[in-house]
Amino acid sequence: MSKIVIDGRELDVSPDLTLLQACEQAGAEIPRFCFHERLSVAGNCRMCLVEVKGGPPKPTASCAMAVKDLRPGPAGEPPVVLTNSPMVRKARAGVMEFLLVNHPLDCPICDQGGECDLQDQAMGYGIDASRYGENKRAVEDKYIGALVKTSMNRCIHCTRCVRFSTEVAGVAELGAIGRGEDMEITTYLERAMTSELQGNLVDLCPVGALTAKPGAFKARPWELTKTDGVDVMDALGSAIRIDTRGRETVRILPRLDEAVNEEWISDKARHVVDGLRTQRLDRPYVRKDGRLAPASWAQAFAAIAAKAKGLAPARIGAIAGDLCATEEMFALKALMDLLGSPNLDCRQDGSKLHPKFGRASYLFNSTVAGIDRADAIMVVGSNPRREAPVLNARIRRRWLRGDLLAGVVGPQADLTWAYNYLGAGPESLARFVDHPPPAKAAPMLIFGAGAFARPDGEAILAMAARAATSLGVVKDGWNGFNVLHCAASRVGGFDVGFVPGEGGLDAPSMAKAGALDLLFNLGADEIDVALGAFVVYVGTHGDRGAHRADVILPGAAYVEKTGTYVNTEGRPRFAERAAFPPGDAREDWAILRALSDAIGAKLPYDTPAALRAAMRAAHPHLGAVDAVTPADGAAIVALAAAGGAPSSAPFASAVDEYHLTNPIARASATMAECAALARAPQRFAAE
Amino acid sequence: MAVRRLAENQPESFAFTPENAAWCATQIAKYPSGRQASAVIPLLWRAQAQNAYWLPRAAIEAVAGMLAMPYIRVLEIATFYSMFNLAPVGRAHVQLCGTTPCMLRGANGLRSALVERIGPAGSTTPDGALSWVEVECLGACCNAPMVQINDDYYEDLTPASLGGLLDDLAAGRAVKKGSQTGRTSSEPEPGKGTTLTDPALYDGSRVGAWRKRFEEAEAKAAEAAAAAANDKAK
Ligand code: SF4
Ligand code: FES
Ligand code: FES
Repeated sequence: MSKIVIDGRELDVSPDLTLLQACEQAGAEIPRFCFHERLSVAGNCRMCLVEVKGGPPKPTASCAMAVKDLRPGPAGEPPVVLTNSPMVRKARAGVMEFLLVNHPLDCPICDQGGECDLQDQAMGYGIDASRYGENKRAVEDKYIGALVKTSMNRCIHCTRCVRFSTEVAGVAELGAIGRGEDMEITTYLERAMTSELQGNLVDLCPVGALTAKPGAFKARPWELTKTDGVDVMDALGSAIRIDTRGRETVRILPRLDEAVNEEWISDKARHVVDGLRTQRLDRPYVRKDGRLAPASWAQAFAAIAAKAKGLAPARIGAIAGDLCATEEMFALKALMDLLGSPNLDCRQDGSKLHPKFGRASYLFNSTVAGIDRADAIMVVGSNPRREAPVLNARIRRRWLRGDLLAGVVGPQADLTWAYNYLGAGPESLARFVDHPPPAKAAPMLIFGAGAFARPDGEAILAMAARAATSLGVVKDGWNGFNVLHCAASRVGGFDVGFVPGEGGLDAPSMAKAGALDLLFNLGADEIDVALGAFVVYVGTHGDRGAHRADVILPGAAYVEKTGTYVNTEGRPRFAERAAFPPGDAREDWAILRALSDAIGAKLPYDTPAALRAAMRAAHPHLGAVDAVTPADGAAIVALAAAGGAPSSAPFASAVDEYHLTNPIARASATMAECAALARAPQRFAAE
Repeated sequence: MAVRRLAENQPESFAFTPENAAWCATQIAKYPSGRQASAVIPLLWRAQAQNAYWLPRAAIEAVAGMLAMPYIRVLEIATFYSMFNLAPVGRAHVQLCGTTPCMLRGANGLRSALVERIGPAGSTTPDGALSWVEVECLGACCNAPMVQINDDYYEDLTPASLGGLLDDLAAGRAVKKGSQTGRTSSEPEPGKGTTLTDPALYDGSRVGAWRKRFEEAEAKAAEAAAAAANDKAK
């Protein structure tokens, strides 16, 4: 620890801190543009100038100087930093003036207005008049993709965007061409960016040079209502903030959560918003003479009741989709229990993971933050860049730190970090079944959901467990057996036991022709249900599930209801309701409750709170919001004893087209455009 | 410097000649593995030399491929340095220094001569012989004003001597490099000989001489203070 005097306050700080960080610890606010905690230090904006005694006799960029770089005074006095001296104030005002020499005065038409660092800092530290009469620099706007709009006159050359895409996103696409006043931020020949994290550039850009293309000119930040939510586009459960105006969801931003998404979210999480408005089911439908016709809720329930009457429980089934809140699955399972049917499943992908193997067998046990500790990572049957881009960025950061043994079995893709490619199929995993453990303290195995969503999934799971035990990834204080799910609802479904009961059918069997007479489909849009059964679809979008339905009960999308989502680590997260479902649509719990009444098996929950309380009483760990309740690693050891021979089919990632994995994303024009760009990445702006 | 863009008309492809490729390999081998990107400037420069002194997009991509660098990183470098020409230039490509020392010694006159002879900055003569741009200080200020033509410096210029040079270059005649007034590198001009002739420069008496002025001033201030104190005492 080093002593340092900041604004007259003496404190002890780590010598490795930058002056900027030390000043923050002392409670002094330092304005900045280029410095960002999660990016390398560039030191090019000069906004963070402070006065230092025991350093060079001029204003010093505090972000680029470390405490240990300062010399003590002649008699050994600690170095002195002033953050509010006349010199500092003058220096800041000067820097501000220089930055504004070329910055256009277009705040009234700039989407950053109201949340612009330049605006705020000009108010706080700048002067009130301009001394420049010259023309401002004019810079051509660049095409850099479907998500980020550029207004390059506004760029202040902080290079945060360049550093983010190179360092965090790991796809070096943005750069600064030219030099000096003529420096311009662009992609190579204005190609569209390919990163799944590019939306974060908009948050990083301290001015309005990079703004969100979808939703441009739609809203001002101060007119939006902000609600804390949970992202359901992947199984990471990133913390998001949902901004709404009236009934409409305007945008989605990340919330800081060090344990999960830090301050990033994926493009799908951010820009799926327009999918919440289009293709929505806003009234019940009943199929009449082969066509879906609008109906009232009463008519819809009557149709279901007529169908359900006298059916044998074994002819009734339920499948839950990928975006359901845990409460809904708990309620639907309770309904199936009341009806006496064992046919229920939340694994529409045909996965063979099952809670009977123990909770540790389906969780990302090391936790996401555990990636930082890992010293060996093997990914099996997954493309984490597509399945969970933010998690992949964390693996990349760990890899950048060096000294990481990285391997991949399964699809070979550009993951933004280098790895040893070990093979495509189970036979490559088999090599590790009798492998001596590597000399590693925190080895990690990451299995993609796709590795188990195949007919031989159970044999793969057993083999995975054997590899895990022989590689020693499960040990005291460390469980390196990890499943990376793709569906936000999956772990919640497993936790409440939304899987076939004794003798019950699983999802693929229920979807077969003639298996059932009545199927409750709770938002499962990734499975084809054969003709035959009477399908009651509870969901939000006119997607595959709705097309096959005989009765459609319009539900609420994730931003339109409160609910618990358990992420791939097993971390229950609670989402508030930000908006309202459109038209006649209702929250899913209420639909299930009314449905249960209609078919004479009334659920005992009258409010969402009562439902949640019942769920938490039955599964206490779901009440520990935001905390991971560790699962017992013994489950993995037990699982290793199971046998079975996997086929030799190569592993495939569960996600084929990143932008189109769920009904909301498929309804989004923005995601469709991104998907088209992803298919033809070399497309040029002008062509 | 103005905004720099790649030329509109681009050749389909670019490949180093075998000799140049071998030379590139020696440059790349200078750097430890994983640091090959360090060779980017020599490679770009060689590519430019091979391609009539300008750098096509295909060459930028070829160099990026050889060094395992993202295209944008190489484009950044090619657009940063004015020594890389991104569009075709004349066989004799003039870079005029317009920075202060050269400007004080007559660069503006050279500029007018170039505009008259070739056209505005950035243009090439119709026969493809000559082109010119203005650049910042090229580090030969002592022989200002100067220009760089292709790889060589031409110094101590006047509009007339520059005009003669351009005529010779356009006609393919041999020209004299360096100073055009006949001095060798940056020695004093012929006949001027040594300029620092004051012996005090060489006998050591100048060492610390600057201090005298301050000492005198201090003594004067002390005297004045003493006088003032005396006045008061009276
Ligand atoms: S575009 Fe924004 S983030 Fe990028 S350099 Fe310019 S001001 Fe900085
Ligand atoms: S924040 Fe320190 S120079 Fe930009
Ligand atoms: S000013 Fe012209 S060479 Fe330096």
